[in-house]
Amino acid sequence: MLKTFSKGGIHPPENKFSVDKAIEVLPLPQKVSIPIAQHIGAPATPVVNKNDEVKTGQIIAKSAGFVSTNIHSSVSGKVVKIDKIVESSGYKKTSVVIEVKGDEWVETIDRSLDLKKEITIEQSDIINKILDAGIVGLGGATFPSHVKLSVPKGKKAEILIINGVECEPYLTSDHRLMLEKGEEVLVGTKILMKALGVTKAIIGIENNKKDAIEHLISLSKEYDGIEVNALKVKYPQGGEKQLIQALINREVPSGGLPIDVGAVVHNVGTAYAVYEAVQKNKPLFERVVTVTGDSIQKTSNFIARIGTPVSELIEAAGGKPDDTGKIVSGGPMMGKALNSLDAPVTKGTSGILLFPENKAHRKETKPCIRCAKCVSVCPMGLEPFLLMTLTQKRLFDKVEKENALDCIECGSCSYTCPADRPLLDYIRLGKSNVSQIIRSRNKK
Amino acid sequence: MSTQLTISPSPHISADSSIPKLMYGVIIALMPAFFVSIYFYGIGALLITFTAIVSCILFEFLIQKYLLKSKISISDGSAILTGLLIAFNVPGSLPLWIVVIGSLVAIGIGKMSFGGLGSNIFNPALVGRVFMLISFPVQMTSWPKPRILDFSFTDAITGATPLALVKEGLKNGEQFHDIISKAGISYSDMFIGNLGGSLGEISALALLIGGIYLLMKKIISWHIPVSVLGTMFVFSGILWLTNKNIYADPVFHLLTGGALLGAIYMATDMVTSPMTPKGQIIFGVGIGILTILIRAFGAYPEGVSFAILIMNAFVPILNIYTKPKRFGEIKIQSKE
Amino acid sequence: MSPVVIITIISLSSIGIVSALILYFIAQKFKVFEDPRIDKVEEALPSANCGGCGFPGCRNFAEACVKADDLSNLHCPVGGNDTMSSVASILGMDAVAQVKKIAVLRCNGACEYRPNTNIYEGADNCTVAANLYGGDTGCEFGCLGLGECVEVCDFDALYMDEKTGMPVVVEDNCTACNACVEVCPKDLFELRKQGPKGRRIYIACRNEDKGGIAKKACAVACIGCSKCVKECPHDAITIENFLAFIHDDKCKLCRKCVPVCPTNAILETNFPPRKPKPEIKKEPVVDLKQSIVAEGKVNEPEAKNNSNKETSDNN
Repeated sequence: MLKTFSKGGIHPPENKFSVDKAIEVLPLPQKVSIPIAQHIGAPATPVVNKNDEVKTGQIIAKSAGFVSTNIHSSVSGKVVKIDKIVESSGYKKTSVVIEVKGDEWVETIDRSLDLKKEITIEQSDIINKILDAGIVGLGGATFPSHVKLSVPKGKKAEILIINGVECEPYLTSDHRLMLEKGEEVLVGTKILMKALGVTKAIIGIENNKKDAIEHLISLSKEYDGIEVNALKVKYPQGGEKQLIQALINREVPSGGLPIDVGAVVHNVGTAYAVYEAVQKNKPLFERVVTVTGDSIQKTSNFIARIGTPVSELIEAAGGKPDDTGKIVSGGPMMGKALNSLDAPVTKGTSGILLFPENKAHRKETKPCIRCAKCVSVCPMGLEPFLLMTLTQKRLFDKVEKENALDCIECGSCSYTCPADRPLLDYIRLGKSNVSQIIRSRNKK
Repeated sequence: MSTQLTISPSPHISADSSIPKLMYGVIIALMPAFFVSIYFYGIGALLITFTAIVSCILFEFLIQKYLLKSKISISDGSAILTGLLIAFNVPGSLPLWIVVIGSLVAIGIGKMSFGGLGSNIFNPALVGRVFMLISFPVQMTSWPKPRILDFSFTDAITGATPLALVKEGLKNGEQFHDIISKAGISYSDMFIGNLGGSLGEISALALLIGGIYLLMKKIISWHIPVSVLGTMFVFSGILWLTNKNIYADPVFHLLTGGALLGAIYMATDMVTSPMTPKGQIIFGVGIGILTILIRAFGAYPEGVSFAILIMNAFVPILNIYTKPKRFGEIKIQSKE
Repeated sequence: MSPVVIITIISLSSIGIVSALILYFIAQKFKVFEDPRIDKVEEALPSANCGGCGFPGCRNFAEACVKADDLSNLHCPVGGNDTMSSVASILGMDAVAQVKKIAVLRCNGACEYRPNTNIYEGADNCTVAANLYGGDTGCEFGCLGLGECVEVCDFDALYMDEKTGMPVVVEDNCTACNACVEVCPKDLFELRKQGPKGRRIYIACRNEDKGGIAKKACAVACIGCSKCVKECPHDAITIENFLAFIHDDKCKLCRKCVPVCPTNAILETNFPPRKPKPEIKKEPVVDLKQSIVAEGKVNEPEAKNNSNKETSDNN
């Protein structure tokens, strides 16, 4: 029996079309717009001005607080404006727009592709290096990585977990990365272990990536303390709490963090970025993005510079099919629908997913038949139907009592509902209202 | 932009499941029992089933169209299922007009008066059945003897269900095993369905096949059927062990009457059963205990429908007080 | 009479008497003294329990009134000054008259002025949509048209206009309870003075974009051109973030700002019709002088199409 988490979960069709497509380097765009808020926490403060010349890898916005990180230019060229620009969400966000001229990198970056195995960096410098390189969780949550590595006083990290689960259907970027940059991922894992001072790390990979599991198992023999575990294919195994439970059978307490059970979770993409930052001195300004969809010509995995418009990626994958009805940034379960192709690739963009018109729409909402399927699939043991009803009735104190804040917004409930009710939409609403209530209560 | 993109919150895909699919799944699972009923009760079974289904659909349509003036939802399969279950819960010789009245009560009072599918508190088919049982006790308790593949319209010879026989016999001071052997009922007959009873409840085998199908398709979960049947087995077993003469044995209880039909198909009705696993188990245990209590000490020989209806009334309170175990509810000490 | 009946009568009566005694003593023991004026004040209140006064319900408000030294900080928006003066007379205090307010929707971006740029397909709830993205038009500040305000309104003072896809305030029903103001994720509702004969002038826009962007997204957006600021003789208009705002404590309802607005973003309600002035007609032809419609005299064909929501209810 393969390991997996205990509660709930679903198994949507995997549809990993781009799984055998090697990672390609996307041609440089003409212009990039780099938002200064690509991570959870305070937006970075721009340190360049209009008309400044910047180089690839040069810092353009500085971390503004502990939970924040640096932003680097992903191209070389001239800053044409720093302005509020309509972002993928339809809201305007401050971005740095750079017109591309050539591709001149900052000199300190080691551009060679040679593998550098020896870790010479001091333990105390690793966190600073990661902050300098602007690394965030590349699984999609974009939580600044240095924060996760700074273990709070009184807590002790015992084990590092590397998330190679990629439980979202369609996406293959982590899978390709593990296959093609397996060794680098392992070195990155070693660096993270050193930063945390732990001797054990587990890489969890779902069993639908057998080639990646075999590849990493054979490589990991040379690396002490790194173990590769195959996991049963079940969504949302990539959720931190679910993954920890699946691999080491510890339950993160409600409202707690993984460090409360001695675990720290990082994505394989993050491990690779850490390798590049520490060993090659290269900040995070590009990432692997899967471009896929049911009717797209050439599903691909690209290395794209941050700030590249989504339209360029779609163009490189054979153009936007005429029947496109919805474009999603990220996976189909947790990704965000885009309303404009001009939206830039950000640090959290793991994939661009094009749905044809016939799959772009939700089904009509029907009355709840109390089948309790949402209860049985909820990985957090919540009652989605109840949270939705309570939210609709605006009984937010009850929503809070029903542990709405534990919801990880995996979408399993909405996915599985036979009456196609927008359960998660309302749970999110309930959560945001509950957080507001808690905030105002704390103020008092 | 020429085409406007659709924006919606995640998730962007949804499972290939729908209310009709669930309903038709249950209907498919009931097919083996349906064929058994035709096999043993012939044309009468077919007519009753047909009448029940058609009248349920018709009443739902009429009520939605002219009384509620709401969207017509007869195609979702729930009315067909209610009709099928009503037919399965009546004797094969029941006059068709009673079936029509039962369907009207089931759909009109049991379901639509609460607001339609999803809002009803009691299982509509059982509301219909209990209404018929109380209003037409004679017709509802004259059971035709099974006649294999007999499609003639002749009046059937009536007999009694094993449960009724046992109840009657025990009342007259006879002993349980004497009654059984005198009536010539074997457990294999009960298992296959060669005995008197409601159309759908006779064959344990057919019901179990359907039940396995439902479990495999994940239309129902194991909690309710297992807890109902398990409780019935244990509770009747305890009674039987205290006095083997006046109490029927547990296997007899499980194989006769509506035990399997009720436990697998009617107690598990999504709308009227609890939503949390814990609640479902309490619900099932309640049904099991009440069924045996009614069978052993009550006035009626059979108690599954009453037991389910009584426990239906407790569902809202079970939903409130049985919460699933939340993830991370109990802090786990991380010491290795 | 058979002894059964007698026994029954005696036993039932004694149970009744004993229970009554128990209840009486318990009621005596747990009696809580309450100021009787609280009940009286509560009776005078509208019993809407809407929370518009800032208290969870009418009872709480009544308690606060009884405890308070003066009523200047307490006001029941639903009952208005009449209710407050009767409350004041119960308590022997002076009521402080407050100006009657009403909710206004500061967005006029009906479908015809604000083209859709995408299709929203989530839960029918404004906050859900607003948390997700800017909105299904180019304007990230405007009304989403999903009617959460209508849902929270306890007084039937809001309904969705099918044609414009936006909520409409029913002036007679609005009690200024603040529920819509609180719920709107785009902060589009504002409580303004109802004004004499319901006459109000306000800027029906919250768009803080630069003029060009705002104009592109919505034909009736405030573009921050400050023409109204220059026109206003009472300094009642200020501009912040490319958005004008009329302060209703300074506005004298002189109507001078309305015709100068190049995008017709300034709305006036319940005014008598103006004499038609062909020279101020602009492109796009958006005539929002609702007063014309309010009086039922339609001078121009455009005016009919653009009948303002707010006034149509008063007729």
